[in-house]
Amino acid sequence: MSGSSILELDNVSKHFGGLSVVDNLSFSVPPNSCTGLIGPNGAGKTTVFNLITGVHPTDAGHIFLDGKDVSDLPSRQRIRHGIARNFQNIRLMPHLTTIENVMVGQHCRNDGLFGNLQPLNILPGNRWRKEAREALANAGLEHYEHAAVRSLPYGVQKRIELVRALVAQPRLLLLDEPAAGLNSAETGALSDLLKTRCIARGVAMLVVEHDMQFVGELCDRVIVLNFGRKIAEGTPNDVRNDAAVREAYFGSDDSGMETDHAS
Amino acid sequence: MSAYAEGILVLLAINIVFAYGAFLPVAAGQLNLGVAGFAAIGGYVSAFLTNNTMVPAFVAILIGGVAAGSVALIVAVPVLRTRGIYLALATFALGEIVRATILNLEIVGGAAGYPVAKFIGLPMVAAFALTVVALVSLLFATRFGIAMTAVHDDERVADLMGLNVRAYQIAAFTLGSIIAGIGGGLYAHHYNYIEAQYFNVSLSISIVLYVLFGGTQSVAGPLVGTIVFTLLPEVLRGSAEWRYVIFAAVVIVSMALRPQGLVTAAPWRRLLGLSHSDDSDGRERLA
Repeated sequence: MSGSSILELDNVSKHFGGLSVVDNLSFSVPPNSCTGLIGPNGAGKTTVFNLITGVHPTDAGHIFLDGKDVSDLPSRQRIRHGIARNFQNIRLMPHLTTIENVMVGQHCRNDGLFGNLQPLNILPGNRWRKEAREALANAGLEHYEHAAVRSLPYGVQKRIELVRALVAQPRLLLLDEPAAGLNSAETGALSDLLKTRCIARGVAMLVVEHDMQFVGELCDRVIVLNFGRKIAEGTPNDVRNDAAVREAYFGSDDSGMETDHAS
Repeated sequence: MSAYAEGILVLLAINIVFAYGAFLPVAAGQLNLGVAGFAAIGGYVSAFLTNNTMVPAFVAILIGGVAAGSVALIVAVPVLRTRGIYLALATFALGEIVRATILNLEIVGGAAGYPVAKFIGLPMVAAFALTVVALVSLLFATRFGIAMTAVHDDERVADLMGLNVRAYQIAAFTLGSIIAGIGGGLYAHHYNYIEAQYFNVSLSISIVLYVLFGGTQSVAGPLVGTIVFTLLPEVLRGSAEWRYVIFAAVVIVSMALRPQGLVTAAPWRRLLGLSHSDDSDGRERLA
């Protein structure tokens, strides 16, 4: 389809049994942009991520990455088309150290038997190890290099997951509630990290997030989902004042809730 | 060295080889209860070669390993479709099929067993064991090793990171079977006699126990587990008929105190001076 978007969903639908989770959804993410995907709980946001990354097949419609139809591509191959993601519930490998977890993210850039059999843990000067260490340092995580990930604080684990996604060198980063559970200082650090590591480097982002302040600061455009359908699209400010959006979040009674936090 | 000490060391070396054969699939999240079957394939193929051709013993043993690995590769595709307890059952059945087949193969003696003419002593058995330990350690220092652990920990995320989960599982299963087959060849050529009954499920279970007892999170685990399992009954020999009771008690107490195995990843790393984190590994690898 169009070659000007990094990601394009064209009339994508998904049902689980009789439940329609994503219904005729179309939107696109331009390169070098940050798009927010918001909506009440159960609106289908995470399912959209799972459809894009291939965790679930779509029932109808097409997904284009960089103009290429990936709808029928196995999930394993999609990361090679430039998408990487984090997970709403942190999913690091508990039996790997921090740096080894990061090196899992490099895997898609290194294939074949030779790449697989390169010793990463013996020579300190190994190219991949050095790169992973730098990526950790850029996120302020160098102190945790050899730590067992399960023992680390929640916020640190979230950042490690982000670094793991970034070392895949994606052109589109899918972030599922990156700020959930973080305190305001951690959220600020995350926001800065995303600005310097993604936006400044031309990595497009699609962000599911409930923290509207975070979304407003980071995203240039917001798509609002409710019951699997797109109900609004626009700048964070437009969307905040959209009647349909307010109704989806707060009900039809306009009782004048003025909070920025939509969760 | 006394004949007794040499006998124990040979047994230890062969058990170490077997243990790494079981360790590789376990490290990728699969419990292989058919290790003895692959050991039998390696043992019989190598014995047949040295009995009937001029192939030197160490070459025959390597070929036996490759034969076991080839069978593993062929059956891996259907067998590894199953998971958890069903995978354990499928591999168990596989081992039994191999045993039953050999029992009916008159060319290798059938139920009467198969005498092996060529003898290998402790030096060659030990050399094979050391090479296996070195190669597996090396393998776990590569991206392949990281990938196997990643596949073990979270197949879904490993897949989304671009790892070919099935390929890694098949590779781990096949490589483990090659090693088990080599172990079978060593056994055949040291004891100069093999019979199908030796390669039964209780051998498979013992081997898996070495691995689980030692710990599956680091390459050192199977080594430690095998050493304890092989040497402890010998150390307890003084107490005559009670030694297996004491041995069993020690094993049960150790498993209760260290359910993840004697060697867990964190203290291992600390030992190597790599880590400053806590030992915090509640989950067993096979969970």
